[in-house]
Amino acid sequence: MFYPAMIYVLAVIGLPFALAVVYAFSDIKVGSVGYHFVGLQNFKSILHSATFLRALYDSFVFTVGSQILVLVGSTLLALALEKKFRGRGLVRFLMLLPWVAPVSIGAIGWKWILDSLYSVINWVLVRIPILHLDKFNPPQWLGEPALAMASVIVVHTWRLLPFSTVILLAGLSAIPKDIPEAAEIDGAGFWRKMFQINIPMLLPILNVALLFGIVFTFTDMTVVYILTRGGPYDSTQVVPSLAFFTGVLGGDLSEGAAISLFMVPILVIVAYLMLRAANRSEVT
Amino acid sequence: MAVVETKGLTKVFKKGELGAVNDVNLTTQEGEFLVFLGPSGSGKTTLLRMIAGLETPTSGQILIGGQDVTHLSPRERRIAMVFQSYALYPHLTVYKNIAFPLKAQRVPKEQHKPKVEWAAGLLGIEKLLHRKPRELSGGERQRVALARAIVREPTVFLLDEPLSNLDAKLRTSAREELEQFHARVKTTTIYVTHDQVEAMALGDRVVVLHQGVVRQIGTPKEVYDDPADTFVATFLGSPAMNLIPQEKDIVGFRPEHLLPASLISPDQRVSMHFHFSHEEYLGAERILYGSLADKRFEAKDVISRLPSRVEASFAPGSIVEFAVPRNELKFFDRATEKRAAPRVVSWQ
Repeated sequence: MFYPAMIYVLAVIGLPFALAVVYAFSDIKVGSVGYHFVGLQNFKSILHSATFLRALYDSFVFTVGSQILVLVGSTLLALALEKKFRGRGLVRFLMLLPWVAPVSIGAIGWKWILDSLYSVINWVLVRIPILHLDKFNPPQWLGEPALAMASVIVVHTWRLLPFSTVILLAGLSAIPKDIPEAAEIDGAGFWRKMFQINIPMLLPILNVALLFGIVFTFTDMTVVYILTRGGPYDSTQVVPSLAFFTGVLGGDLSEGAAISLFMVPILVIVAYLMLRAANRSEVT
Repeated sequence: MAVVETKGLTKVFKKGELGAVNDVNLTTQEGEFLVFLGPSGSGKTTLLRMIAGLETPTSGQILIGGQDVTHLSPRERRIAMVFQSYALYPHLTVYKNIAFPLKAQRVPKEQHKPKVEWAAGLLGIEKLLHRKPRELSGGERQRVALARAIVREPTVFLLDEPLSNLDAKLRTSAREELEQFHARVKTTTIYVTHDQVEAMALGDRVVVLHQGVVRQIGTPKEVYDDPADTFVATFLGSPAMNLIPQEKDIVGFRPEHLLPASLISPDQRVSMHFHFSHEEYLGAERILYGSLADKRFEAKDVISRLPSRVEASFAPGSIVEFAVPRNELKFFDRATEKRAAPRVVSWQ
């Protein structure tokens, strides 16, 4: 029973990863014949490339920004959805939809919402008098560097929120009910109960949710690809999308492989630090 | 210190269903140790949780120290509660666990240390203050929970089966400690348990609950010697009281009063033929199982509890003359199962 699983893992994860390593140390291009080992040449070249450094920076902004929103949002959602109320089942189902629906459908929906001409957000905003927006030049959500990054972060947050919320809901249900009750009797008000009891007890699971979130965000390019293609002026170009544009669309397989491999040590370090923190803060 | 009073307190969880607690009226006395005793599902914990403010009553009123607290939140009631699981905060040290109520009630910071040390000293856990709850034994956790409850000197103590998670040996010593603890602090205490021995040992008075209804309130001696109905009669005491149906009555007598006839003087005894079946030897006493040989009683099973110093041996299947002192017979109405006035026993 073990071997089929191993073959599967080797074929879909091991092989592409090994190929990426092999490519990254070569000068291979789409259509080239033969293999020339060039050592660290590709890594040197990307480290000197302004585009790559920009993408690295954008990746950090994208990851940190969306994870902050996801953490705050999913904690609030989980705490709200944990309470019993009429229609809780329905709300929980609706909340899961962004996760269940294919990313492309969701992102294309957002593309329209944020469109330069037909944006519903702008349609509403220009009709609010106190905002004094120019009817003929409303905010270009995907067309201005800062707004484009903000839009990409918000859409990605929308996508990851359900996943994080479900993890936290599971964590919350593992907290014995009588501990928050004891806090209430001891005289704790809402905020104290939240910040000194509920959230500290949730920390280990929050850590897991955050770790998954970082990995999912740092290695993801779907939202960027569908909404902005990295633009305007590479202002939303992240490392995975740059690797895709360079390696697959640009045909420079070796440099594309080097760019994607660049993410591995970063993620390994992040995962190691977070798992260590999770171990230390373990409760019960 | 304060008096807790409930007026017509009722809790119905699902509409149309029988309430978990039905029309409970009771008043504690100042500094009293009051025990709610009942089998599981009797509503004793629900009643306690309503007094704590963790459950909203369907109807009725709760007064603490004369003030109507029915609609106040738990934190406004100035009570302390010890949970069955102790509910210690797992991420905080023992010191911070005990100091938590002080912080939550905004007690000035410089008073925290002396108060925590006072509470820890009272329960003998000064050496544990820097540990986390997971590093403590069951008995130590229970003391930390008690220290956390006592630290802000509450008006009322609520204890929800605090001994049920301890092993049998520890439970006896913890029970004794709890008794001394109450003698020292003299705070009005309400204690929930399903263990009649605990209830009898600890309670100034015992409230016997069954299906959400108060069956009897009285001192341990009253509820044991003068049970108000057949439920109280059989729930308290182990083995349970023998109940013999007789015309419109039920006649009850405790196993320890059913003895060989020769042990009771002839003018006081009510004799019966005991059809002995088998016995259990428990060291200090023997439990004899058998039935009443008389046909009228349809071979009703009865139990006798004989002190071990009474040396008598019985052959299985033999019929022996046993008797009960007349003044130890309790009478219940067969229809209502409530206590009835003493009557003449017809089988004599």
